[in-house]
Amino acid sequence: MTDRLLDVQDLAVAYATRGGDVPVIPGLSFQLNAGEALGLVGESGCGKSTVALSIVRYLGRAGRITGGRILFEGRDLATLDETELRAIRGRRIAMVYQDPMASLNPVMTVGRQLMEVPMIHERVTAAVARERALATLSEVKLADPDAVMRRYPHQLSGGQQQRIVIAMALIAEPALLIMDEPTTGLDVTVEAAVLDLVRELRRRRDTAILFISHNLGSVVRVCDRVGVMYRGELVEEGSVRQIFTNPRHPYTRGLLDCLPTLGRDKRQVPLVPIPGQVEPASARAPGCGFASRCTHVELGRCTTRPIPSAELEREPGHRVACLRLYELPRWRPRRGAATPFDAGTPADAVIAAHHLTKIYEPRRRRRRYGLPRPPVRALVDVDVAAARRRTLAIVGESGCGKSTLAKVLSGLEVATEGGVTLDGVEVGGLRVDARSRTLRRKLQMVFQNPDSTLNPSHTVGYAIGRALRRLHDRAPADIAAGVARLLEVVKLPPGMAARTPRQLSGGEKQRVAIARALAGDPDVIVADEPVSALDVSVQAAVINLLNEIQAARGTTLVFISHDLAVVRYLADDVAVMYLGTVAEFGRVERVFAPPYHPYTEALLSAVPVLDPDHDGARILLEGSVPRAGEVPRGCPFATRCPRRVGAICDDVPPPVQQLGDEHRIACHIPADELRRLQTPPMATAAGR
Amino acid sequence: MSAPATAEVLSASPPATRVRPHARWRRQVDALLESTPAAVGLAIVLAWVALAILAPVIAPYPPNANDLGALARPTPSRAHWLGTDQLGRDLLSRILWGARPVLVIAPLAVLGAAALGSLLGLAAGYHGRWIGVVITRACDIVLSFPVIILYMIILAHFGSSAWNIIGVLTLTKAPIIARIVRGMTLDLREREYVAAAKMRGESALYIMLVEILPNARGPLLVDMCLRTGYNIVIIGVLGFLGIGLPPPDPDWGGMVKDTYGMMTVWPHMSLFPCAAISSLVIGFNLLAVGLREIGLRD
Repeated sequence: MTDRLLDVQDLAVAYATRGGDVPVIPGLSFQLNAGEALGLVGESGCGKSTVALSIVRYLGRAGRITGGRILFEGRDLATLDETELRAIRGRRIAMVYQDPMASLNPVMTVGRQLMEVPMIHERVTAAVARERALATLSEVKLADPDAVMRRYPHQLSGGQQQRIVIAMALIAEPALLIMDEPTTGLDVTVEAAVLDLVRELRRRRDTAILFISHNLGSVVRVCDRVGVMYRGELVEEGSVRQIFTNPRHPYTRGLLDCLPTLGRDKRQVPLVPIPGQVEPASARAPGCGFASRCTHVELGRCTTRPIPSAELEREPGHRVACLRLYELPRWRPRRGAATPFDAGTPADAVIAAHHLTKIYEPRRRRRRYGLPRPPVRALVDVDVAAARRRTLAIVGESGCGKSTLAKVLSGLEVATEGGVTLDGVEVGGLRVDARSRTLRRKLQMVFQNPDSTLNPSHTVGYAIGRALRRLHDRAPADIAAGVARLLEVVKLPPGMAARTPRQLSGGEKQRVAIARALAGDPDVIVADEPVSALDVSVQAAVINLLNEIQAARGTTLVFISHDLAVVRYLADDVAVMYLGTVAEFGRVERVFAPPYHPYTEALLSAVPVLDPDHDGARILLEGSVPRAGEVPRGCPFATRCPRRVGAICDDVPPPVQQLGDEHRIACHIPADELRRLQTPPMATAAGR
Repeated sequence: MSAPATAEVLSASPPATRVRPHARWRRQVDALLESTPAAVGLAIVLAWVALAILAPVIAPYPPNANDLGALARPTPSRAHWLGTDQLGRDLLSRILWGARPVLVIAPLAVLGAAALGSLLGLAAGYHGRWIGVVITRACDIVLSFPVIILYMIILAHFGSSAWNIIGVLTLTKAPIIARIVRGMTLDLREREYVAAAKMRGESALYIMLVEILPNARGPLLVDMCLRTGYNIVIIGVLGFLGIGLPPPDPDWGGMVKDTYGMMTVWPHMSLFPCAAISSLVIGFNLLAVGLREIGLRD
């Protein structure tokens, strides 16, 4: 009890809406000891951020704490006034948000912003503050802190910005650090580095962390304990090991079952989405909040009164709010056969890019600051192909050219050099409006952002109906029936047709977008990050839907993604891209096994693994992706490659090594050598 | 570009808006009334519209009838609630009748400007490159003229009539609307639903009018409301300068022009028309504020 830092007791929070107060958090209790890291996980809308915001009392005008206590270092934060709160915020409790750019002042150098914190909170002199800032910057592992101090936020990369925000939080030496989705907007390799940094800082300092994330993998990497939240309640709580090896609550199990991991493949293990979606807080019924989506629910028993949280008999600290706690069989990771997948042969490509190059010329070739702006080489000599009934995944970090590739394939952009063949027809030079209707019908796209993929001014019925009319020459009488049929294909009720996008959830919008793409019965669907903005359970449902559609119609899927676990699950063939070039291409099982391209290796080692015991030395990439004009003449990855051999990497473009059976790696290191380096002997196998 | 075309342009997404139009309208009106400025603004504007429509019924005198008996004491009295002007014409009747041309000319000019400006703005924003450059520069040139002088030249040359005033206001206000619509188009054309429309092979015109314009309607409506208020002021100014609607029919600006010389003796003759102009402009401005609030909320 002595080192209890934060004790939240029966916290209740409500938001005022036009329909009256809506209780978002009905009554939540948890504790956090000094130096401990607690992760809060759950889908969006579960109240994770609300908890964080109520601790620092940043709920805004609509939010209100309606009950309970938030004891921090013995004082109840819920009752403090603004002056007392100001003394605690930033000083004893610091917060790191998702978007670092929003936390930094764009018109001040980061040095000034860092120095401000101790100067305001502790009234130290500028010189002392400067020393502290420099020390903290080196602690968050920013190279050359002196130079960084003089920069403005926009001159830093996303990862560097997030490090600055973390440094700003740490410089006051707070007792509690609240991190709300701190790595969500970052690339996998950067995310891995930031998570490692957080973990290391925890060991070094005695700071307690409340880590909020929808990503179970990152929670495993950082936290000691995990709380699973659903609709404002903590349904399960325990150590990382307890939660991930013996999850008891059906919701926790559901989250684990729908999560693609590197060990999962659509041929072996099905993803099991949680049925339904998070219901709004206003629709609260008595009893278990999860009852409406639970596959183990017993009506009458689970739905009559609130479910108390009980500690497991043999596992101290593991608390579960489920009446059927001891009745459910022990959870095991899913194994066994899913639907057998008949993937076509890679030989007969439906869509293929040949030596595809896309160069964006700068708008004006005027000299700025004495230097001509270099053209951006978004795609360089890209060769990929996808066969009927197969899924080609394009994977890489932001800026690797994967979205440009999608645009060139679909005709929204035109290739500078090289070509694209669609069903044997050369279309690389054809903008989409120059393509014939037959060609347009053959290839359709699904986009990334559910909020902008549908026109907010049009109903679902109009969006799909218009696609039918444009791509299919349907008689108007036929349209309504066609819309209903397409909605059925994507598992939405026909009544959806009258809705506007505002009335749909993210997953529903993405389904409608898929239905719209299917209107012309396309041979190829190019999907640009279609699930990256969705919650895990919704993501699983959409992935399954895409698989089913592919199996039923023989559609070729070109799937753009930054998420290697999703790619591992869904893809038949994979192209790993870096700076517009294909680093590695081949069948998914070949690409995800040694020998890897060093970049593939780095990406794979950065993927968070859902295993509390997993703690291997991992490959962390240094620096950031070079800008246009700074790309080496040789291998584009040379500047960051952990396996760089020497000057040859900088100066000579790497040879493409064909490893038989459609697997190729662009690297100077011979494949056998790579295989030897990357398959370490048994004992130190944690290499990846 | 004439007014009916605007109406078509603004409701150019038929299947979407025709789904249970009543429910949609009710929701919008409810939201509007929840905002205090909007409710007050709407009340003022609707009151003026009602007064203008009912002017022939409720005005106590014909607008141009001289009451020579009142000339000795033109100040407000039981017979003339707001008094009479220097020719013995009832001020209340003239103000009520004077609301009619204002409430027709100002909105029509705004609709014209919105139609022309939207098309220019859409074209400039969607096509970029040289079309955009030509349109924006042309708009800048119009906007750089001192407008009052422009009005005087044009109206002096073509003569002053209701249609000419509408034409002049349309031409000078369209560039402002074009600028707003262009800005929104630059943002909206990057949306994924526009890319999806391109993937269906839609024409540029369809994309501009059906995919982009409906989503610009919020800020556009706010600006149209504000613009109506400004147009009312300008109509008043034109009347004051003597290039407004030709006499003897009542015109608020003209009423001020004819009587402001007597300000020190009989201030009511010019103050009441001024108050009429102000209240109507304030009404439209409050409505614009309310519309913006609603736009920000969702």
